[in-house]
Amino acid sequence: MASARDFAESAERQDVRRRWALLSPALVIIFFAAVGPLFIMLVYSFLQKGDYGGVRWAFSTDGWFSVFFQRDIFDDTLSFADAHISILWRSVRLSLMTTLFTFLLGFPTAYFIATRPEKSRDIWLFLITIPFWTNLLIRTFAMQEVIRNEGVINTALLWLGIVDQPIQIMYTDKAILFGMLYVYLPLMVLPLYASLEKLDFRLVEAAYDLYATRFQVLRRVIMPLVKPGIIAGSILVFIPSLGAYVTPRVLGGGKNLMLGNLIELQFGQGRNWPLGAALSMTLLALVMVALLIYARQAQSRSLRHG
Amino acid sequence: MTGDIVPEKPVRDAIEVRGVSKIFGAGEGRVAALDDVSVSIRENEFFTLLGPSGCGKTTLLRLIAGFDFPTSGQIMLHGEDIAPLPPFKRPVNTVFQNYALFPHMTVAQNIGFGLEMLGRPKAEIEARVAAMLKLVQMEKLAGRRTSQISGGQQQRVALARALAPAPKVLLLDEPLSALDFKLRKEMQIELKRLQHETGITFIFVTHDQEEALTMSDRIAVMSSGRILQVGGPRDIYDHPAERFVANFIGDTNFLPATVLSSAGGKARVKLASGIEIDAPLPAGFTPGSEVTVVVRPEHARLMREASTLNGTVENVVYFGTDTHFHVALDQGRGFVVRQQNARSGEAGVSAGDRVGIFVGDGAAQVLKD
Ligand SMILES: Nc1ncnc2c1ncn2[C@@H]1O[C@H](COP(=O)(O)OP(=O)(O)O)[C@@H](O)[C@H]1O
Ligand SMILES: [Mg+2]
Repeated sequence: MASARDFAESAERQDVRRRWALLSPALVIIFFAAVGPLFIMLVYSFLQKGDYGGVRWAFSTDGWFSVFFQRDIFDDTLSFADAHISILWRSVRLSLMTTLFTFLLGFPTAYFIATRPEKSRDIWLFLITIPFWTNLLIRTFAMQEVIRNEGVINTALLWLGIVDQPIQIMYTDKAILFGMLYVYLPLMVLPLYASLEKLDFRLVEAAYDLYATRFQVLRRVIMPLVKPGIIAGSILVFIPSLGAYVTPRVLGGGKNLMLGNLIELQFGQGRNWPLGAALSMTLLALVMVALLIYARQAQSRSLRHG
Repeated sequence: MTGDIVPEKPVRDAIEVRGVSKIFGAGEGRVAALDDVSVSIRENEFFTLLGPSGCGKTTLLRLIAGFDFPTSGQIMLHGEDIAPLPPFKRPVNTVFQNYALFPHMTVAQNIGFGLEMLGRPKAEIEARVAAMLKLVQMEKLAGRRTSQISGGQQQRVALARALAPAPKVLLLDEPLSALDFKLRKEMQIELKRLQHETGITFIFVTHDQEEALTMSDRIAVMSSGRILQVGGPRDIYDHPAERFVANFIGDTNFLPATVLSSAGGKARVKLASGIEIDAPLPAGFTPGSEVTVVVRPEHARLMREASTLNGTVENVVYFGTDTHFHVALDQGRGFVVRQQNARSGEAGVSAGDRVGIFVGDGAAQVLKD
């Protein structure tokens, strides 16, 4: 009998060992691609900056300090780092707007695809993913071609006589918004489509039958049922928007920085790696807070419905 | 028609379907789901569309509800063409085949949805929802999610949800087909009661002939997109006009016969055995026509002596309440006689016995084709 138990125990041990062995590729990836780099960033944010970039291995909170405050060069008075905070605010604002606009554009798109006959849906989805085939930088330059003063939009508007001066879109927040909208739209459409495709359209008919108008059907039946898709799409768009780098760099010119550019600046010309690291961690914290708020809400809602 | 008994009900049309056709697809894949269907459904009646799967029952309901549009023809509600009305403007509600309850709402929210969409005041909605919950005996489960209740309960909620806005016409698409036998029997009675209490016109779809016979005021028998016969349950059962109707509803014996004379919907026909009987017959037959007559198994009587038809008993099948005698007629056909089992047990006839089968005047019916 004891031997049977021994056998069972050793089998279990073996089982546990095998499980770890099978998990190891994932663990390696998680460690080297996610936890490791983050840890390095965290450490760097608490070091002193080197004179020519890099870090000096001595503890310092200067990096974190200058995320939010700045010291006057002449009289040493402390003040809020207005520039950083306005960049932070612009990043959050533009990302929220990008999320909103990708949703407003992406929802009808996804709905359209989901209501096509099954055979043609794949073609539509394929078309949605085509932009991914091209490098982001090239796509962004293409966008520039569309919105610049001599670009497609302005030429058309001038030719139609709608405006008599080209509209300045390049190098404004609008340009960044345009660019991000274009880049992140598929990330909104795909999860929305995944949800809409699973939607039971008989429920839509049931709602029509019960005197709901088209708008009421949308708001009371379709939206609540595809909420997981809306949330997934919003997260997928909001998070990379917050850290966007290429788009604001190319379309926003030098002035309209976003958080990603600010961070890049610290690692490049700014030669302030600890500040760059601290800014990165701030960005990470922002994202975490956003996700936490969402998780908290989702949880309390599911609790309420029990 | 003769056996059509609809007592004390105002004879006004709730729904009138006029020459409606519905074609799906084109070319190779063209399907005529409805083919020139005309039928009038009276106010306050329990009307049933009966037919095998794929005959176009759901399609007809969807046209009435407004989810689809007829390829040709008109649908009138209380005398007005409803073609221009979208589904949310038609005073018609549907109990869907799969119930289609909103999974993100509670039972009470589901029931209140229609009234809410109609913009009724909150107090009225609450009162009405409470009344509906009581009507379908679901008070205790008002706060449950629809995914947390059984199939039978879902069925009740679907019913309450469709009844809550007090529609003029209620459409029910095979509402009982997903329920098990016992529950189905209960719900049949329940539905009948609800129809009686609310006075709403019910258009009920089923492929179950027994269900149709027990519940309906009138039945329309459908096949391949056409309505073959409309009438009361007795009418349809006792006087099927076509072979399909006779075959689809109940067990039937078919016999070849020749018309001798006809007058006033009655005919004298001569069976293959040489015996003459009286049978009702549809218009359009002249003496000498070769016809088919149908005789229900329970309308014939087994005799010891020679009778209308004669043959040899092949098989005796005991069913508890009754017994089926399979008889090989002398003319070479099979014929089934059903007899209720008497208290005394044994019918006294067994396989191999010579028997006569008595078919009285009026027990047979001449078919149209
Ligand atoms: N949307 C549709 N497209 C093509 N054919 C359809 C459609 N809906 C129904 N049909 C066809 O119409 C016929 C009748 O269908 P239906 O009304 O659902 O029958 P029932 O409800 O009596 O089973 C069937 O042959 C079915 O295949
Ligand atoms: Mg059907």
